[in-house]
Amino acid sequence: MNILVCVKQVPDTTEIKINPETNTLIREGVPSIVNTFDAFALEMAARIKDTQDAKIVVMSMGPDQAKKALKECLAVGADKAYLVSDRAFSGSDTLATGYILSEAMKAVEAQEGPFDIIFCGKQAIDGDTAQTGPQLAEHLDYPQITCISDITVEDAKIRATRETEYGKEIWESSMPVLVTVTKPPYEPRYPTIKTKMAANKAEIPVLTIAEVKADPEKSGLKGSPTRVKKTYVPVLNKNGIIIKEEMAADSAKKLAGLLSDAGLV
Amino acid sequence: MDGYKNIWVWIETSSDGAARSVGLELLTPGRKMADTIGHSLIAVIIGSGADAAVKSAMAYGADQVILLDDECFAHYNTEIFTDALQELVEKYKPDTVLFGATANGRDLAPRIASRVHTGLTADCTELSIDAETGNVQWTRPAFGGNLMAVIECPNTRPQMGSVRPGVFKKGLRDDSRTVEVINETVKPPAESRAKIVEFIADAAENMVNLEEAEIIVSGGRGLGKPENFELVKALADALGGVVGSSRAAVDEGWIPHAHQVGQTGKTVGPKVYVACGISGAIQHLAGMSESDTIIAINKDPDASIFGVADYAIVGDLLEVLPALTAEVKRLKADKA
Repeated sequence: MNILVCVKQVPDTTEIKINPETNTLIREGVPSIVNTFDAFALEMAARIKDTQDAKIVVMSMGPDQAKKALKECLAVGADKAYLVSDRAFSGSDTLATGYILSEAMKAVEAQEGPFDIIFCGKQAIDGDTAQTGPQLAEHLDYPQITCISDITVEDAKIRATRETEYGKEIWESSMPVLVTVTKPPYEPRYPTIKTKMAANKAEIPVLTIAEVKADPEKSGLKGSPTRVKKTYVPVLNKNGIIIKEEMAADSAKKLAGLLSDAGLV
Repeated sequence: MDGYKNIWVWIETSSDGAARSVGLELLTPGRKMADTIGHSLIAVIIGSGADAAVKSAMAYGADQVILLDDECFAHYNTEIFTDALQELVEKYKPDTVLFGATANGRDLAPRIASRVHTGLTADCTELSIDAETGNVQWTRPAFGGNLMAVIECPNTRPQMGSVRPGVFKKGLRDDSRTVEVINETVKPPAESRAKIVEFIADAAENMVNLEEAEIIVSGGRGLGKPENFELVKALADALGGVVGSSRAAVDEGWIPHAHQVGQTGKTVGPKVYVACGISGAIQHLAGMSESDTIIAINKDPDASIFGVADYAIVGDLLEVLPALTAEVKRLKADKA
């Protein structure tokens, strides 16, 4: 079994603060982490490797610092890591990213052999689009199962539990297949001192646009149909009605009255 | 980009052929944008025995319905639906396509956008269209709701985007409206590689449809202990709503993840959202700030949840919640 896990290094969005004077995002000093859902995806892959002969390769697109995220993956179950990095890739939207990753995957496969399952997190916690996984699958012309919380591998096919608003669905697919992972009923494993030290020493090959053989016209800003026109920090002060009576019962009564007047009860 | 015309809304259907709510909700901003640029608003329905969905699309304001009705569309399937939608898009060349960001919408939209090489913007919270350029102004949160971005797709058509359930409200249903229905057919699907083989009915405690709920009462760490979720549930029952939670309460193991509202949970837009003992981390706000009316109950007067609240009670949950539940019950009994 040959598994690829795609990961993204993201700023920890729980640590992002707003500069109240300029009303802009403070990015300095915000820790970078392996995207939460990608960590779930890696754990799901690692659990396959716990029970059968499998190799896990992780791949990330990003700047040189993203090697740190890849090393964290190497410490918790990944066997090999590749960084896809080139200035020509910056500014890529999800369509361009899906394209670049599909070409990069082919370059990695030339080294590691063809992948049976490609794991992605359901979405990244910085952009939250949930688009890159399916768009990578489309570029590869692979089947996909999105938003899964469990997977089993049976002979030549996989069986996965997909989470929807209306309940769970069991899907089956032939391989190769791409899956995107939501929160499973378990947490990612922790590294040990030994696995951390080994990961720190690991060499991480960097694939540039030349090695990936990506078309520059389809990469970066040029290959991205969407444009960010502007950004702004949402202002959160609704100036709602504050109820603070001496007795809780009186507060409750007042609120219920207001809700009733507004036709909400 | 010449020759691309009209605003499409993909109306997702359930297996009984009825429309999912979010598709009908999207007819509201779709109508506005179509009127702004003088295009028609078209509902695209792919399903099996989807008469009810067709009727709803008409009643909520579509100018025309394009219908693909066949047994092979009874259950959502990535490959079959992408192929079918591709055929329709290539035949009719819509200017804009809107998708509900349900599990299936989030599966289909990126796939079709990639197939036809165009831009897609996920989980928009505001939509408008620039009358001069014809570019939809897709507004969406990023960085866990810390930042809002306005996205355009200036050079390719159709321009595509998705919107979470509850962000827009359905218009008034007018069952007297009838519009043209184009019965389309597409080439029969090939055997798909990935498909549904089984549906699992969730355990009752996990069965919660927060996305389509009109009233949600959510509890957070401020409840102090899992038993106090009973107070949240009692208020939800009195109001006729469902129970949600913050991530903190899920992490504590007080309630299953299916109830979690926020960035790593569900995005909701009910008529009334009651946040009980939830401090209001931006990740939580990202999942519920589109609610029509927000009520926050918290003992900390500086809690950031109060920044988005229409009604704020500063006080002790253990006292406020039972009192509020009793008061709501009394009011309802009076009205009945």
